[in-house]
Amino acid sequence: MSGATLAQKIIARAAGREAAVPGEVVTADVDLAMIHDSGGPRRVEPILRQLGVGLWDTSKVVLISDHFVPGDTDEGARILRMTRDWALERGVEFHDGEGICHVVLPERGHLKPGMLVVGGDSHSPTGGAFGAYMFGVGATEMAGVLATGEIWLKVPETIMIEWRGLLGPGVLAKDIMLALCGRLGMDGGGYQAVEYVGEAITALSMQERMTLSNMAAELGAQAGLIAPDTKTYAFLRAAGAHMTEETSLRTDPGAALGAHHVFDASALAPQVAAPHSPANAMAVCEAPRTSLDLAYIGACTGAKYDDLKNAAAILKGRALASGMTLLVAPASRQDQARAAQDGIMGVFEDAGARLLPNACGICAGYGTDRLAAGSRCISSTARNFKGRMGDPSAEVWLASPFTVAASAVAGEIVDPRDYLTEREIA
Amino acid sequence: MGRVFLLGDDVDTDQLAPGQHMRSGIEAIAAHCLEAVRPDFAAGVCQGDVIVAGRNFGAGSSREQAAEALKHLGIAGVVAQSFAGIFYRNAINLGLPVLVAQTIDGIADGDHCVLDVDAAALTVGGSEIALEPIPDNLRRLLDDGGLVSHLKQRFAETRR
Repeated sequence: MSGATLAQKIIARAAGREAAVPGEVVTADVDLAMIHDSGGPRRVEPILRQLGVGLWDTSKVVLISDHFVPGDTDEGARILRMTRDWALERGVEFHDGEGICHVVLPERGHLKPGMLVVGGDSHSPTGGAFGAYMFGVGATEMAGVLATGEIWLKVPETIMIEWRGLLGPGVLAKDIMLALCGRLGMDGGGYQAVEYVGEAITALSMQERMTLSNMAAELGAQAGLIAPDTKTYAFLRAAGAHMTEETSLRTDPGAALGAHHVFDASALAPQVAAPHSPANAMAVCEAPRTSLDLAYIGACTGAKYDDLKNAAAILKGRALASGMTLLVAPASRQDQARAAQDGIMGVFEDAGARLLPNACGICAGYGTDRLAAGSRCISSTARNFKGRMGDPSAEVWLASPFTVAASAVAGEIVDPRDYLTEREIA
Repeated sequence: MGRVFLLGDDVDTDQLAPGQHMRSGIEAIAAHCLEAVRPDFAAGVCQGDVIVAGRNFGAGSSREQAAEALKHLGIAGVVAQSFAGIFYRNAINLGLPVLVAQTIDGIADGDHCVLDVDAAALTVGGSEIALEPIPDNLRRLLDDGGLVSHLKQRFAETRR
């Protein structure tokens, strides 16, 4: 064997093996399990009761409420209350109303490079940005993890996605992902491991890297990895994680790959994805003229501190188009507090945006805030499936925070680069 | 004997288990299953019917109610050209057979059919379509009636 991929190394270690060969089915020890209010306590507790067992290790379980926050329906409020009671009864660490699970987990120092982590949500590949092999499962499978501390995996091949050169001004990680969804399709990841490499990836901030790993879900990959570097360790240390730097946590040069795609970052233009699939991606300049009535900055994909900062860079000193509604749901309380300190929340306020809770919000389509029939929205989220965010006749266009903000000002889909030329890009 | 409900590519979990009903129990979720794309589905489906679909069936969310709703409505199994990974695991964990077909050409909506999970075959209008067998490790889960029953047996054995 001429070397191993990062995915193989993490899985082999967690499975207690010398090596993990792609295609082989292994049972791995889980280092951390993350659950939320929708697929968490209300679904797993009845199963644990049926099995007559408790949690395999309370210290390795983190619970975060985000789907039914703020409890704006009777059933949602009841689910949140049940979630709180369960956390107390089971003695599990609980982050209640502090933000979206994929953002709260690393910001509270729970993730470390090399971990094998299971999350009860499909955007769990987000943890891959920190060099953890993190993937999503349903509630029954999660109950099995909570009862046993184990999970089976088919060792994945690695699809290496290399971005050479640097992204141009006005182009973000979200544009990379929409372009990849368009190029490779929503099943291009084939439930294998995607790994992002190259100069453009190294240059990205940790939160921008999170956007890449997060949307590995939209490529149909099991995980979306980025090898840890000095930025990774600095972010996690600041978040309170204790660890030593492991230089072996990377794909060996000679490792066999399932595929290797190479792209030129400097040639990438801002993207939008037309309704009703992220794979309907195109350069903004090629999009048909599309008027809008709603712009949404939200979700684990598109409302982290860096996303808010980028949207505000365009909105500063500008007004929304007439008839335009801008909704902003910062991904975590911590990111919102930092954005408030830096004057970013003030920019949204001045622009007349309506602020929503630090939760999944309209993206999940669970609550009372939903898109009305016939509305046309541009959104910094990950999924524009028919009917997901509201009425099936509503149209959702996906784009980067830059493009969403510029389009909110213009009242139609526009290239954000025309709005950045006059000022410094933060 | 059942009928084929023929669907396209990328049938997503938001269609199978719509978000605004996720706060409810499976009865209510199932009543709205596939409503956005096939409004006649929930009311029209009968015990033993089979979903035949294109690529990437079950894309999107990890919500297992997507698979549970189909089982609740009496779907005998889903035959597709490929499945999204999390949905596939959820279906097996909940005891819903999911089988891969190389091609679904020639199968029409409403065709009478029989799904034979043991033989990995779908018989449609007299002709038999070979399906890829479910891998051994997952077949054991399915035969046990899903993950919960499987784990019950495992814990019972360790307590003995």
